[in-house]
Amino acid sequence: MPLKRAESTEQTPSPSSRSRSLPPAAATIAAELAGFQREMLRFAVLQLRDQASAEDAVQEAMLAALQGADRFGERAKLKTWVFAILKNKIVDIIRRRVREPSYQEPAEEIDEGDFDPLFRANGHWQGDSRPADWGDPEKSFENQRFWAVFDTCLNRLPAGTARVFMMREMLGLETDEICEELSMSSNHCWVVLHRARMGLRVCLDQKWFTSGERA
Amino acid sequence: MMNCKQAVRLMSDEMDRDLPGGERFALRLHTLICTGCRNYRQQLSFLRQACQQQVAANDATPPSAPPAA
Ligand SMILES: [Zn+2]
Repeated sequence: MPLKRAESTEQTPSPSSRSRSLPPAAATIAAELAGFQREMLRFAVLQLRDQASAEDAVQEAMLAALQGADRFGERAKLKTWVFAILKNKIVDIIRRRVREPSYQEPAEEIDEGDFDPLFRANGHWQGDSRPADWGDPEKSFENQRFWAVFDTCLNRLPAGTARVFMMREMLGLETDEICEELSMSSNHCWVVLHRARMGLRVCLDQKWFTSGERA
Repeated sequence: MMNCKQAVRLMSDEMDRDLPGGERFALRLHTLICTGCRNYRQQLSFLRQACQQQVAANDATPPSAPPAA
């Protein structure tokens, strides 16, 4: 019978179900994992905007990866796998934050009126705001400076706006999941996503593509 | 006739939900005649691609070239 190999489909090992001692396979991935630490931290800080919780998320993800090392096969690159674990940890932290009694909604969102200057009274683009062709933008992916600008632009988004955007685009949640986690209406979610994209686009345009470093 | 301000909102929405036929049609008409909004739409999908590349950005092996559109 073509029984599938006992390969686990779960992403995050549950430490409670087994002893906390690490499997022998942990030793073989430990060094490679350690090499990702800085990049994981950068990613987590971007998502959580808080160094301490970002460090927690990275540590938890590292530990979970080591504990689940024997379940890590050839099925994925180690980096992809550990980042998938990290994403889950970050979503957990956001979830926990939202449920804390002391939780306060980050009030900062981009205002509807903030983009008005881009458009004429009839709702069409102002001449100098009309999006220009970015040429071959994917080329910028190979440029480290581009990623620095990209981070800067993400960090410029107001906290409330950035959180929704990153849950959608970086943590890969569907909008209805985000709405539920953050108790937002679908329409509000879409509006916030729209403003985030608008803001990010303008920032990248100014700082990189049209008048920034690449230009 | 749809204006650019309405079009950019719908172009964002279509990344997150299925647009009803009427909106989709009006948007298609608009982007046929409006270069700015055509560029905007490409830039939105570039943003999505960039976010997905975040993880791979500093990978030892350079990210493979995106498929030609
Ligand atoms: Zn337009």
